[in-house]
Amino acid sequence: MARFGMVIDTRKCVGCMDCVVACQTENDVPLGHARDWIATVVRGEFPSLSMEIRSERCNHCDNPPCVTCCPTGASHVSDLGGIVKVTANRCIGCKACLSACPYGARFVNPKGYADKCTFCDHRVKEGKDPACVSVCPTHCMVFGDLDDPKSTAATLLRTRQWHTLLPEAGTRPRVFYLT
Amino acid sequence: MLEITTTRHNPLVDPHLTVWSWEIPLYLFVGGIVAGLMILGGIAMLRMVRGEDTRGYFSLHAPLASFMLLNLGMGALFLDLAHKLYVWAVYLTFQPTSPMSWGSWVLLIVYPLLMASALIRLPEAWPWLARTFPMVRRWSDALLARPDRIRLLAWLNIVLGVALGIYTGILLSTMVARPLWNVSILGPLFLVSGLSAGAALLHLMSVLLPPKRPAPQGMIGGAVGALVQPLGAQAPDKNTANWLIGADIGLLAVEVLMLGLLLIGLVTATASHAAAFDLLMSGRFAIAFWGVLVVLGILLPLLLQGLELGHRIPHTIVPALLVLVGGYTLRWLMVNAGQVSEVVSTTAR
Repeated sequence: MARFGMVIDTRKCVGCMDCVVACQTENDVPLGHARDWIATVVRGEFPSLSMEIRSERCNHCDNPPCVTCCPTGASHVSDLGGIVKVTANRCIGCKACLSACPYGARFVNPKGYADKCTFCDHRVKEGKDPACVSVCPTHCMVFGDLDDPKSTAATLLRTRQWHTLLPEAGTRPRVFYLT
Repeated sequence: MLEITTTRHNPLVDPHLTVWSWEIPLYLFVGGIVAGLMILGGIAMLRMVRGEDTRGYFSLHAPLASFMLLNLGMGALFLDLAHKLYVWAVYLTFQPTSPMSWGSWVLLIVYPLLMASALIRLPEAWPWLARTFPMVRRWSDALLARPDRIRLLAWLNIVLGVALGIYTGILLSTMVARPLWNVSILGPLFLVSGLSAGAALLHLMSVLLPPKRPAPQGMIGGAVGALVQPLGAQAPDKNTANWLIGADIGLLAVEVLMLGLLLIGLVTATASHAAAFDLLMSGRFAIAFWGVLVVLGILLPLLLQGLELGHRIPHTIVPALLVLVGGYTLRWLMVNAGQVSEVVSTTAR
């Protein structure tokens, strides 16, 4: 089985928010909510400053706490490349998964169920990239099978320096940031 | 300097988690009391079978009060759900890794168990029920005729009471994303706090119930009478009240010890846990933690109840009320401070 992940080059990302708009449009994300967003991190003391711009979303963790805490199995790991998904008509809206996610990647859809990034699995099934990846003007995002050594994503992780978000939480995220 | 800006502003998630409002602390509080009442009621039933307490005073009131409180708690829990029409989905599956799934099934068993437990004394307390539905009397007699059946009910109450009292703490403690909750002592702490609040509520009931009058015969009057009238010739004897006070002193002492262990566990763990420790010790929740929970909710009732048992001051309902305030504050604090508590990035990312 494939193990889908995303590799994002922070050296190329300019924070244009195209990925955010593409996601909102592709997935009809309700107004005032976001499945992906831009974080800007500034470190150091003036004038020795560095800035990292990141397109963030659900990390589709290998060890997803949102899945283990779900009382109904609505939050689950999909057979399609291990994408973490929510089945809306099994979700009771208890919000345990929102509490369990260290990244704040989930929200309550105004219809009542837990909502989040799906890696655009409806597009992935057709062999396309997720909407955010497909529109990026700097091509800073790469989507692919992390277990396939020949994939661009796996190659980048072998050849470049990277980090994930909050490795302290032990969730083993599958969104990687190249530095 | 580290400055992070984000374009995300999801409701209930940013700037910090606020997914659980008043409903969950209320459910955790009454759920804890129900658990405590089930365990104490189970003990009362065992004492009744052994002939140590022939009136079995609390064997009626513990299950009935539990039943009413559980309805309140379950109502709050339902109100908290964002996708209410799909609540049935909980009972289409069992998810072994989810304490919430365990708890849902435990609650489903607790309801009939409480009804069966109340049945032991219900025909006597609510004559209308026994007259209108003769099978209620038959079931009650069948239970009373066989001590082994009451013993089984008693042990079911005790075991499921422990499960109900501990699962809520375990539920929170499994969440690695909330360091304040992510400590294994939370389950036992909630259980002990529920027991002490249950003992306090029984104590309050033993003092506040009106004196024995003939059981009201009507449908509504009888139902109310069953809830608020003591069974037997007189109100519970002093020994029962003293036993409850003594039990509460022990439970409060264990609670202090567990809170101490919770704090030690937090401050000696990861940077995230240490930040959660600061929230309670000196952060925005410090006044609620130290002032309301520790001093008003535990230490003061501990002192007052000790003095009462030593006949230094007269018995009052003040310590029992304070214990209930402390029990609610513990749940309120944990739910609210826990949602503020986050994993701290040690790599400054």
